[in-house]
Amino acid sequence: MIAIAIGLSIVLLLVILFLLFRIGTLASIFRGSTERAPGTTKTSNRVNSALLLIFLIGGGAAFAWSFASSWDEMNQPLASVHGRWTDSLFWTTMIVIGIVFAITQILLFYYSYKYQHKDDKRAYYYPHNNKLEIVWTMIPAIVMALLVFAGWKTWTKITSAAPQEAVVVEIMGKQFNWMVRYPGADGKLGVAKTTLIDATNEFGVDFSDRNAMDDFMPREIHVPKGKPVLLHIRSRDVIHSVFLPHFRLKMDAVPGMPTKFWFVPTKTTYEMQNETGNPDFTYELACTEVCGRGHFAMRFLLVVDEPEDYEAWLAEQKPFIELNPDIMAKFSDKAPQHLVLDANAGEKAEEVKTEL
Amino acid sequence: MSSIDINIDHDVHHAHEEHDHHHDQNFFEKYIFSQDHKVIAKQFLFTGIAWAFIGGFLSILFRLQLGWPEATFTFLEPILGGWIENGKLNPEFYLALVTMHGTIMVFFVLTAGLSGTFSNFLIPLQIGARDMASGFMNMLSYWIFFLSSIVLFTSLFLETGPAAGGWTVYPPLSALPQAIEGSKGGMTMWLIAMALFIVSQLLGGVNYITTVINLRARGMSMTKLPLTIWAFFLTAILGLLAFPVLFSAALLLIFDRSFGTSFFLSDIFIAGQALSNTGGSPILFQHLFWFLGHPEVYIVIMPSFGIVSEVIATNSRKPIFGYRAMIGSLMGIAVLSFVVWAHHMFVSGMNPFLGSVFMFLTLIIAVPSAVKVFNWIATLWRGNIRFTSAMMFAVGFVSLFISGGLTGIILGNSALDIQLHDTYFVVAHFHLVMGAAAFFGMFAGVYHWFPKMFGRLMDDKLGFVHFWLTFVSVYLVFMPMHYIGIAGFPRRYYAWTGFEAFNGFADMNTFISISAILGFTAQFIFLFNFVYSIFRGRKSTENPWHSNTLEWTTPVLPGHGNWPGEIPIVYRWPYDYSKPGSVEDYIPQNIPFSQTQSSNLPQERDFE
Repeated sequence: MIAIAIGLSIVLLLVILFLLFRIGTLASIFRGSTERAPGTTKTSNRVNSALLLIFLIGGGAAFAWSFASSWDEMNQPLASVHGRWTDSLFWTTMIVIGIVFAITQILLFYYSYKYQHKDDKRAYYYPHNNKLEIVWTMIPAIVMALLVFAGWKTWTKITSAAPQEAVVVEIMGKQFNWMVRYPGADGKLGVAKTTLIDATNEFGVDFSDRNAMDDFMPREIHVPKGKPVLLHIRSRDVIHSVFLPHFRLKMDAVPGMPTKFWFVPTKTTYEMQNETGNPDFTYELACTEVCGRGHFAMRFLLVVDEPEDYEAWLAEQKPFIELNPDIMAKFSDKAPQHLVLDANAGEKAEEVKTEL
Repeated sequence: MSSIDINIDHDVHHAHEEHDHHHDQNFFEKYIFSQDHKVIAKQFLFTGIAWAFIGGFLSILFRLQLGWPEATFTFLEPILGGWIENGKLNPEFYLALVTMHGTIMVFFVLTAGLSGTFSNFLIPLQIGARDMASGFMNMLSYWIFFLSSIVLFTSLFLETGPAAGGWTVYPPLSALPQAIEGSKGGMTMWLIAMALFIVSQLLGGVNYITTVINLRARGMSMTKLPLTIWAFFLTAILGLLAFPVLFSAALLLIFDRSFGTSFFLSDIFIAGQALSNTGGSPILFQHLFWFLGHPEVYIVIMPSFGIVSEVIATNSRKPIFGYRAMIGSLMGIAVLSFVVWAHHMFVSGMNPFLGSVFMFLTLIIAVPSAVKVFNWIATLWRGNIRFTSAMMFAVGFVSLFISGGLTGIILGNSALDIQLHDTYFVVAHFHLVMGAAAFFGMFAGVYHWFPKMFGRLMDDKLGFVHFWLTFVSVYLVFMPMHYIGIAGFPRRYYAWTGFEAFNGFADMNTFISISAILGFTAQFIFLFNFVYSIFRGRKSTENPWHSNTLEWTTPVLPGHGNWPGEIPIVYRWPYDYSKPGSVEDYIPQNIPFSQTQSSNLPQERDFE
């Protein structure tokens, strides 16, 4: 019944609108405005050009207001060294384009208003001015050159090689969650292969590799404040993308092609909780490359500790094989071979790793 | 300036141009399998409009989800059936909606619908040709596009849904049927549709280029072409060079999907088993895709550049400012568009050095774009502007192009792209600059050339209402999206509520959705105006806008062959508006200088 009523009222509304349209058309025929060349009707021109001006002023005001009132919400708290560089470059560029935006929009709408059609007027025949063209080619070119230079310097610093002492964390994306692995005391991640993946060994770590012996897989990422952290990023199925919004960090996780990104966190989770006044604040990791049904729910947590707290946390972690001793059975047949090689020379271990 | 290279041969020979052998065409030859460029243009236009409504409707569906993530959508069950589960939109179907919206809008509306309509309609009419170089290829182009449309449309009704891996269809997601339902039959049909689409584009493109080069009327040198033709010409070249690369990417993806090759696949463990594929690179696909994908956004926007230049000049009653600079910037954009593709891949794991190179090249492209904007504004300056519906959309286009184009300067900067990549900032940017702006260019074109297509005028009042509702809602939708993007909200998210970092802006998203619905509803005003005016619109004269270009020298409804008699001879550039000393404020291209002695400039006296 309600559906019919809604349907009827929509039909009625459409009929009324149609009648209004017909009346308007007939009226304009009687008024003789159809006799004039299209676009030279006085009222239409006046109304439209006035509306353009109103749009400029009203729209500009509404934009400024909404921008200001969304300011706090749109600025995510910042917690990395390079984030400070990109944030300042971002807002500098925003100011530059904001100025251009304002000038061009004002001229566009103001000229549209000012030079609306008048019967007694004639447009000014002004086909070109090479000097002007050169000026407004050069100015954007110079501004662009400055922006490119600033961007290039920042980009090179961000993507430079990670310091040797960086804390290494491996992040692996899979449908539909993240997994992390730390290299343990030796600072080296054991090799991993997709063919070795099973229900327990989700990373496909080759536990016949000695470097893998102390690897551990915690349930959240812990990193020390003020120290460089190097993320080794990979995926085991489709492309994902590691996004840590508070650290201004993003890098795709690509199957078959490990990627990396390093950063220096500047604020511990605790400090950030105080700063934001939100006692539940946590650093979050999101996926930003569409990866399937659960794309929007690939959430992982990251905790920034004071360096000493980080060391304490590290000491608590138990290697994966200690927690899952059964896993070694799968690799036991390879183990003796290893022992022999190890007896020969410690340095050869590297070669063995690459062979595996 | 514009008339240096005139070279008129006075003894007219026209034996090969005569179309006296008019035999009666039956209905099929005339309206369905027509080889007349004007009919084919209308076919592209009708199909494009149909696709635009479908694509727009899909966006409304996912905007409902984003605006009201907690709501139940049982009322959509009659349309979506099983895709509504317990009142909730299926998350995979959400991705399918996003994917199909993108594919439809970019390829089927703004490439085929825009280039297909206006290149076909205007190239022969504005250069003074009887028809396209090959009417038959032109007809094939449309019908292969139609076939492609049918394949893509059918895929919407598959049980496993249409393709759902984003319009960029990155493998492995798109290559592995176990990764997402949409990568089953839906993806196969997507690839078939796209392969057919590319064939259609190539057939059309070859035709456009050949026609512009070879079939120009006497006196129509390249420097007397209207900017529309320059834009269509360069667009066709872009398409001809770029689309085959997408074809190769699609072909390799078909091999990976169906024949067990490993072009894009390596080291994958999915659905409980490790795949044997090894050595492939998903990044290779991204390079191939964006080698088309970036020129593609210019394929979308350049025809609008041309249309808007023409509409602004005509309705400002002024020559387009800096005609040669406009051509130069079009060429600059066309060339540069081929060397910026990897700015879509700054954080794909590509070598950071390449990132620096592509950042540099990308930001250069801002320069010719800026020149175009300045020239449009300079054209308005001291004009005598007639606000027709087309003119409103042209002014709207410039405004949207500025707003969306400027944020490209931010996204093209690799250091800034780290945070903003794949967030709503990108969505806001490209919807303004190539989505809404290209649509505005298309609307300007439809309103402007409707009289030549159908012999009647569209209603201006409805046009204004349509313009204002669309213009306002476009800004209301996409301006706030920038804020959401700056806050880092990732795109293609079914819901953000799972994240503490992204749980704000709920009201803003509702607001955006309401604005989007308003904008979509406003398009029905256009639809009504369009259909009504075809049959009942005010009758047009031959040259209702007092325009200079050749199409307005044809009869109100040009027949087969366009001009009943001789093809007009071209004497001057298309922008002699408000020339001092002339009686009318426009001098069509086919008026010789001998007839306009009062207004000739000193360097034009030689041609009198």
